[in-house]
Amino acid sequence: MELILSAGIGALTASGVYLLLRPRTYQVIIGLSLLSYAVNLFIFGMGRLRVNAPPIVEPGGGGDLARYTDPLPQALVLTAIVIGFAMTALFLVVILASRGFTGTDHVDGREQRGD
Amino acid sequence: MTEWLHHLLILPILVPLAVAAALVPLNERERALKGSIGFVSTLVVFLIAMILMGLAAAGEDSLPGSGVYQLGNWPAPFGIVLVLDRLSALMLCLASGLALAAQVYSTARWHTAGHHFHSLIQLLLAGLNGAFLTGDLFNLFVFFEMMLAASYGLLLHGSGPLRVKAGLHYIAINLAASSLFLIGVSLIYGTTGTLNMADLATKLAALPPESRMLVETGAALLGIAFLVKAGMWPLGFWLPTAYAAATPPAAAVFAILTKVGIYVILRLHLLVFGAAAGASAGFGQSWLLAGGVATIAFGAIGVLASQAMGRLAGYSVLVSSGTLLAAIGLGHEEMLAGALFYLVSSTLTIAAFFLLIELVERGRDAAADVLAVTMEAYGDFDEGEEEEEVGVAIPRTMAVLGLCFSLCAVLLSGLPPLSGFVAKFALLKGLFEIPAADPARALTAADWTYVTLIILSGLAAMIAMNRIGIRTFWASIEGTIPRVVIIEITPVVILLAACLFLSFHPAPAMRYMQETVGDLLTPSLYSERVLSAPRAGDR
Repeated sequence: MELILSAGIGALTASGVYLLLRPRTYQVIIGLSLLSYAVNLFIFGMGRLRVNAPPIVEPGGGGDLARYTDPLPQALVLTAIVIGFAMTALFLVVILASRGFTGTDHVDGREQRGD
Repeated sequence: MTEWLHHLLILPILVPLAVAAALVPLNERERALKGSIGFVSTLVVFLIAMILMGLAAAGEDSLPGSGVYQLGNWPAPFGIVLVLDRLSALMLCLASGLALAAQVYSTARWHTAGHHFHSLIQLLLAGLNGAFLTGDLFNLFVFFEMMLAASYGLLLHGSGPLRVKAGLHYIAINLAASSLFLIGVSLIYGTTGTLNMADLATKLAALPPESRMLVETGAALLGIAFLVKAGMWPLGFWLPTAYAAATPPAAAVFAILTKVGIYVILRLHLLVFGAAAGASAGFGQSWLLAGGVATIAFGAIGVLASQAMGRLAGYSVLVSSGTLLAAIGLGHEEMLAGALFYLVSSTLTIAAFFLLIELVERGRDAAADVLAVTMEAYGDFDEGEEEEEVGVAIPRTMAVLGLCFSLCAVLLSGLPPLSGFVAKFALLKGLFEIPAADPARALTAADWTYVTLIILSGLAAMIAMNRIGIRTFWASIEGTIPRVVIIEITPVVILLAACLFLSFHPAPAMRYMQETVGDLLTPSLYSERVLSAPRAGDR
């Protein structure tokens, strides 16, 4: 399970960084999204991977911490997802504005030789 | 009474947040009303910040609840805490002061260039204040994002192709930096099991070696996120373009955004990686030094190469960041008070300069064209309305602007007798002072490089300001004399007057800075204060 998760995070990060460095705004935003998915999974992984362990105390379940997983990273992921989503939406608006002003989807607002 | 005073701590966040929300549904045509509500709110925050600074200056015992505000009444490290100390009180004052100046300035014409200017300023202020007050790493991320989101809006305020292009780059870079921030925070949580800065500082010394490496990796990633914000070379290429493209009041407030990065680095570096950190003590210091030195050099060259005043001011921001980063990186405790003094003085100067630039350039045709294009591109909600200029035009415009410009030039280049000189003098005095506790300390090559660069960067600023000043005020008569109204020049004059006050009465400010550094250098006191703060019911 650990191997699959870490490989997944690695693949997402690698594709995210590659796309982030590309010259088209659409590629940049997809790259940023992939990067934020990778980061969210990474935060989740920092609470350690546990199977069949709920993050909240069940009624009557008692206070035995060994039966539960760490709830804090899950709360952090939730916050990070919300913030990341809002920022992506905002970035999308700026991309559209840029497209409208310059008529191209190049990040520098003009086509360059060799792209 | 103390109960009431205790809640003052959260007001610098709550007041601007509530006002920002309240201003959104108000019609854009009610600009005067929006402007005055925003002004009153920022003024209230500024006064609260002054009271808090007074309380903090009097010492920890006089602080309500010993300066720790537990959100939801959960004690640290389980809950999120807001912590007030001398450093955060100082930054609160600086942030709200700049916001006040920008807001007054904008009411003359710039807040008409787009929607929701006053809401955005309030949100930025709430985010800034939160970042300065919080004692929790993840909460810092949230306030940081809030501040950044507002700054994206402010950078795009006024619209136009130039701003949208600069904004696109600015947002992309900051989003990538935020990812690094999150990775860093979660790595630190995953290894130490805490997000509270005070708790982290106490836990670090006892860490086993195998997780120490992971914590240091996390801290390094966190540091990169803040260094992007502070504009350290090679992470700061976006900064001059973005700051030059922003509208003047937005750029003036942005002068403090780079200082947020510096603030967090200063705080975390001294708190977490202080002398008590065991094997991790002084982690990353050499990187800060190298990066800071490179930033000063890059900034100074940029200042010399700038043809436009906006870019010159942007590169001055870099020089200021580099000076501070390298001062932290050198690690001489005697320099830190001077560094804090420099932080305040340079932030005020650069903000005043950003506000002044547009007034000076207004006389030139090129600048007027940019404004016209901006207004045209922005849209038609202004149609039918006369472009109103509030207030009375000042007499002898060029003389007043020229005087302000030369004050900025003297302050930026650090010439005596103004506060830029006092700050650099304090920095260098701290560098050359051999402490009694360590008589064997000799000046190293790094120290000499730093001294040389500080002096050269001052020289570069002087040359560049001279050149631009001569071209603007002496050589050209083809431009028309700009019409500048009183409420536009007042914030510039007040910011410069604050610098003049610091120049001629530096003693109280310097004493405050020395006490601040005394606090920062005893992180155990900070940790103890945060971790043993009583809950509200137990008092």
